[in-house]
Amino acid sequence: MSEQLHYALYTGCTAKQSTPELLSSTLAVADKLGIKITILEEASCCGASHLQDFDEFLAHVLNARNICYAEKLGLTMITICNTCQLNSAMTKHALDSDPELKARVNEKLAEVGLEYKGTSEIKHFLYALIDDYGLDNIKNKVTTPLSAFNIAPFYGCHNIRPSELHGSSNGGENPYKPTSLDSLIDALEGNPVDYEHKNKCCGFHVELQANHTSEVLAGNAMIDAVDNNADLMVTPCPLCHLKMDTYQDSVGKVIGRDIELPVLHMPQMVALALGCSEKEIGLNFHVQKATQIFTEARA
Amino acid sequence: MSETKTGQTRKVTIKAFRFNAETDYLPSYKSYTMEVGKDELILDLLNRIKWEHDGSFSYRRSCRHGICGACAIKVNGKATLACKQNAMELLDLFNNELVFEPSSTKRAVKDMIIDKSDFWEKHAAVKPYVVADIDPHPEHETKQSIAEFNKFLDSDLCIQCGACHYSCPALEANEDYLGPAALNAAYRFTVDTRDTAAKERLEITAQSGSGVWDCVKCYECAEACPKEINPIEKITKLHNMQFEQGVAVSNVATRHAEGFVRSIKKHGFLDEADIVVYSEGYLGMYKHIKTAIKMARAGKIHWEDGLPWVDNMPKIKNLEEVQKLIEISQTNKL
Repeated sequence: MSEQLHYALYTGCTAKQSTPELLSSTLAVADKLGIKITILEEASCCGASHLQDFDEFLAHVLNARNICYAEKLGLTMITICNTCQLNSAMTKHALDSDPELKARVNEKLAEVGLEYKGTSEIKHFLYALIDDYGLDNIKNKVTTPLSAFNIAPFYGCHNIRPSELHGSSNGGENPYKPTSLDSLIDALEGNPVDYEHKNKCCGFHVELQANHTSEVLAGNAMIDAVDNNADLMVTPCPLCHLKMDTYQDSVGKVIGRDIELPVLHMPQMVALALGCSEKEIGLNFHVQKATQIFTEARA
Repeated sequence: MSETKTGQTRKVTIKAFRFNAETDYLPSYKSYTMEVGKDELILDLLNRIKWEHDGSFSYRRSCRHGICGACAIKVNGKATLACKQNAMELLDLFNNELVFEPSSTKRAVKDMIIDKSDFWEKHAAVKPYVVADIDPHPEHETKQSIAEFNKFLDSDLCIQCGACHYSCPALEANEDYLGPAALNAAYRFTVDTRDTAAKERLEITAQSGSGVWDCVKCYECAEACPKEINPIEKITKLHNMQFEQGVAVSNVATRHAEGFVRSIKKHGFLDEADIVVYSEGYLGMYKHIKTAIKMARAGKIHWEDGLPWVDNMPKIKNLEEVQKLIEISQTNKL
């Protein structure tokens, strides 16, 4: 790689709170690969599609402000959460395609001395790794091949749908047959598990108000992975991770099956293969016991 | 179809779902091999299975112009309006393997034909028509501006094919949920300036268990719609309209949406513990105690998170900008 990759990192809220392992493993992977990261410390919550339900215009204003800070740095904004990716990209799309809305939003932003221009791309770290850094380059850096594991890729809705919105930033992923995570697992020498629910919904967003729906959706996906011999699951979305990791017990009760399936964040999996430290990977922060994976990978 | 040159046809094996609810206990998949031409539609392939291989193969078709909605099926799990979809495109998308299934296998009556009664019941439940006092002897037509018409233009393109409805995982898990097609119809008539039942329709769609708050936000409907309506975008608009028109009542779902503003104002970030406490209320927290203990043990949350007098939260830089923007941009209230 001739020029060093440099991104503005939008951490989202989860990586700063309940999934510190997501942030530490992301930074560790970037460090190992020589990717420069500038954290957008000014960025606020993306609204996670819930603020959008309450006040869509306000959500656009706040997301546009976040993007302004990446634009000021002249960098592509990368996300480490599918829902952050979706909501930031939706604002970008809405503003770039509707000059009247862009003007209304910029009128508000002017009050705090900012202007949204539309000059920064927004992409998920998964696609930055695959499309910008390159799978072959990652493969060359693998020190701990993941050949001991059958890994079920769980894509998460908001990186792959709606495909029209994401097409330019996710390598044109087919939402009905996504391949990016599978090929990343391949590059790390793990065994990707093929299963029907890899591109389905985890139910996270209705966890509070429609709990049964949420548990059934998460359960369907996890059982499908387990029945196809998955040792662990990996996802680029911390919300999918939270649903499937922290609620695994209650999900199991709703669908009548005991499930024991560690659910890793995508950067944790990469960090494991690149030989990052146990602390950086942070498997101790999982509710479903996952610390053994570190030792098993190195056995 | 005229003669096709070499390279313009492909030999394809199609697996098709076969089932007769009157005679079969379980469905089966049968394979049909054929040369597929570059201009053939999925509907042509359905016809050829019936005409060239097995006359008993059953499916619905009518207009052949993408407006009657009869021929919606699933190809490799992708909702497909057979008369609109070029076969080669799907062969490219799915590496030359095609699997034909009905829109909903569990509702199959015969092969591709399903019982859509649940779709029509949900659709009828939202009053999918203009409710208005009509003068029986009007002197002129009801006028609408182009802007007023454009509000419902794309939602009005719905052909009731069921592609979104039978792609919706929330509906599969919760049979009371109205689903994306019915909610799109609710939106279409609610924003029509001739209509007088907006509030009633918003109340129907605000119900817990069946209304917009049961949408899981998977975007399957946006992906499935052959008319590019984007039903979930209309669902988001219905959410907003419930607050705008004072229909939203305070419950766990509405507080969860509104609670984001409260958190963002204080920290810039969402306070993950506070949003649960705020949405559920302290009494509702009993449901989450077990999970909270597990999360605390794993170091994901801290035992004092969520107590009103404790502030462990990280804060963003330049928080005052966000506070100012909320102050001048917020339009809705709960």
